[in-house]
Amino acid sequence: QQFDLIVSLSKEFSGPSFHHRHSTKPAAVCGTSASCLHRHTHAPTPNSVMAKEEKGMEEREMKKEMELEMELKAEVKVELCPTVPGLQMSFIRGTDLFGYVGIEAVLDQMRRKTIKAGLEFNIMVVGQSGLGKSTLVNTLFKSKVSRKSCTPNYEEKISKTVKLHSVSHVIEEKGVKMKLTVIDTPGFGDQINNDNCWEPIVKHVNEQYEKYLREELHINRKRRIPDSRVHCCIYFLPATGHRLRPIDVEFMKRLGKIVSIVPVIAKADTLTIEERQEFKEQIRQDLAANGIRVYPQKEYDEDPEERILNDRIRESIPFAVVGTDKEHQVNGNKVLGRKTKWGIIEVENVAHCEFANLRDLLIRSHLQDLKDVTHDIHYETYRVRRLNESNMNYSELGLSTWPLENKCESDSHL
Amino acid sequence: TNTQEKQYVGFATLPNQVHRKSVKKGFDFTLMVAGESGMGKSTLVNSLFLTDLYKDRKLLNAEERINQTVEIIKHTVDIEEKGVKLKLTIVDTPGFGDAVNNNECWKPITDYIDQQFEQYFRDESGLNRKNIQDNRVHCCLYFIPPFGHGCMKALHEKVNIIPLIAKADCLTPNEIKKLKDRIREEIDKFGIKVYQFPECDSDEDEEFKQLDKELKECTPFAVIGSNTVVEARGQRVRGRLYPWGIVEVENQSHCDFVKLRNMLIRSHMHDLKDVTCDVHYENYRAQCIQEMTSKLTQDNRMESPIPILSTPDVETEKLIKMKDEELKRMQEMLNKMQQQMHDKDQ
Repeated sequence: QQFDLIVSLSKEFSGPSFHHRHSTKPAAVCGTSASCLHRHTHAPTPNSVMAKEEKGMEEREMKKEMELEMELKAEVKVELCPTVPGLQMSFIRGTDLFGYVGIEAVLDQMRRKTIKAGLEFNIMVVGQSGLGKSTLVNTLFKSKVSRKSCTPNYEEKISKTVKLHSVSHVIEEKGVKMKLTVIDTPGFGDQINNDNCWEPIVKHVNEQYEKYLREELHINRKRRIPDSRVHCCIYFLPATGHRLRPIDVEFMKRLGKIVSIVPVIAKADTLTIEERQEFKEQIRQDLAANGIRVYPQKEYDEDPEERILNDRIRESIPFAVVGTDKEHQVNGNKVLGRKTKWGIIEVENVAHCEFANLRDLLIRSHLQDLKDVTHDIHYETYRVRRLNESNMNYSELGLSTWPLENKCESDSHL
Repeated sequence: TNTQEKQYVGFATLPNQVHRKSVKKGFDFTLMVAGESGMGKSTLVNSLFLTDLYKDRKLLNAEERINQTVEIIKHTVDIEEKGVKLKLTIVDTPGFGDAVNNNECWKPITDYIDQQFEQYFRDESGLNRKNIQDNRVHCCLYFIPPFGHGCMKALHEKVNIIPLIAKADCLTPNEIKKLKDRIREEIDKFGIKVYQFPECDSDEDEEFKQLDKELKECTPFAVIGSNTVVEARGQRVRGRLYPWGIVEVENQSHCDFVKLRNMLIRSHMHDLKDVTCDVHYENYRAQCIQEMTSKLTQDNRMESPIPILSTPDVETEKLIKMKDEELKRMQEMLNKMQQQMHDKDQ
């Protein structure tokens, strides 16, 4: 409420008088503290001198009003200036009504720091060769961050074991720099006997957590610990149209516990829309039946708003994607697509495939959340397990012998 | 343009994603005020955050204060503005500098700061780190009386110190300038590390750089606070009314209050927190670990201050041991052979 307070300098003392009127809500709203509830005084009729007792009575009355009144008003006290005759001064207690602290500027400070610092994002792609993993990653990040295994001069032979392969690039957009690391897993699921082919992957994920943990425990640790932890693992399901295969179940069961998995249906241009829906439904059932938790996990929804948003995502995963780096002309526009004799599959057209949904999820809306879930949940789980293994009783750290006595500290929580 | 849209991946939205999460979470900030009684600390804090934290305060008389030690009192206020929540904690230090013998008056303050660091260290090293409360002191406003000195050196490596010249309305502009110069000299001379404003980015606009330069040249800030509203120049302003005129708190030609407020809240709050986390707290932690570790080597019963991870693979160790023994055996055989050959030659 805007009070208009007029402090008047009057040559003759004619008794305290002040006018005020209520208007719109104040800009600065003070929080929940009881001290911010104020009383307001009624304007006395002009020419009346308020006796002290009257004032006291009025104050008591106003106290009662306080409980009923929900709006914040300022308590105003008018006094005579002891030095200047005839001068009245008013004291405002509590919320200043025409002021603005400027807290939201902190957000700008944070934004500037975030932009300056840049970000690291580590994404792992898992799936048999030929499912279009590299193409998809290149399409997602609109640059050749991953080399396709079908290109000439691709020297790596198909190894007998899964050999992880990391490539990092720095990409910049609108002043924001991102260090993107793509971890490829050639050889996964390519053998005839694929027993335990997930083990090198599990080992890699845990190794990154271990690296981070050691750095965090170090005496002289870096300001920003380099983050090589896997923030997201895209698991490629071949578009069979049937259900999850045993290797899919085994992999996702194990990895789902330590990293955020985003399953996608690869090369989805072999499925019609109906087939796609049936396949997705079947996959979701299989996932639930096997107790596999994929991103976004239901348990980590922080508030109802997020739950609604994530529920919608959970109902549409796994996304059926098509990837390409070729452009074609459609209706006078250049679009990313795959050209076939029966038409052009537009990758970024949501009527054709769900690539755009995947991109939006991973990058435009949940990028930070993926990092947060990795840091706050997966990493913490790993840390707790490791610390328990080491069997140190750190809840009673040697700090209990620290020679500080607990000084007298009184908390006044207004 | 169309081609630009094509190349757009979209991760530039990251600051917005972070923004949204921060608004949900809110911020916290702990501010300490230190200085003798009657320096106007409470009034200044009220003016800065537009609240009244000291409503029912009772001021002690001189007798009651003779033997008073420095207390530490915390006030917590939740402020919300345009959807952004700030949990502000003010740590007050009544009694500081008030006693007759003030030699150790800074000790309760450094103890308090260390305690908060210790608490954070424990929390950070613990198992459940989900909701750690950050009670570390992010900034200390140190009130230098307009006629005297101070003892900042005890605090300078533990907390961000921002020295202020209190009650600046009893000084003329010239006197203020001289006092500021003198204080800056003393700070240099005694090597006191007060909070340094970070350098401007080279890509900031000229206006920002100019403001930043003015800010730096203006320290230490000469401030005046007020709980009252007076009318000046046809407007209602926060100020102090004297027979000889009205001092306006928010008038930049009267005092540096606006500069302080802008710096503290609007432009440097985040940096103050960062420096506390990255410098002061890390120093404390490193020091703590070193002390404890040295004690540990002397006294086996003591626990390690930080979790020590178990050594890798028992398997690998076994393997290494085996190889070592094998090497040893081979070395012995080699020695034997050499001896035999030597004997033969002989």
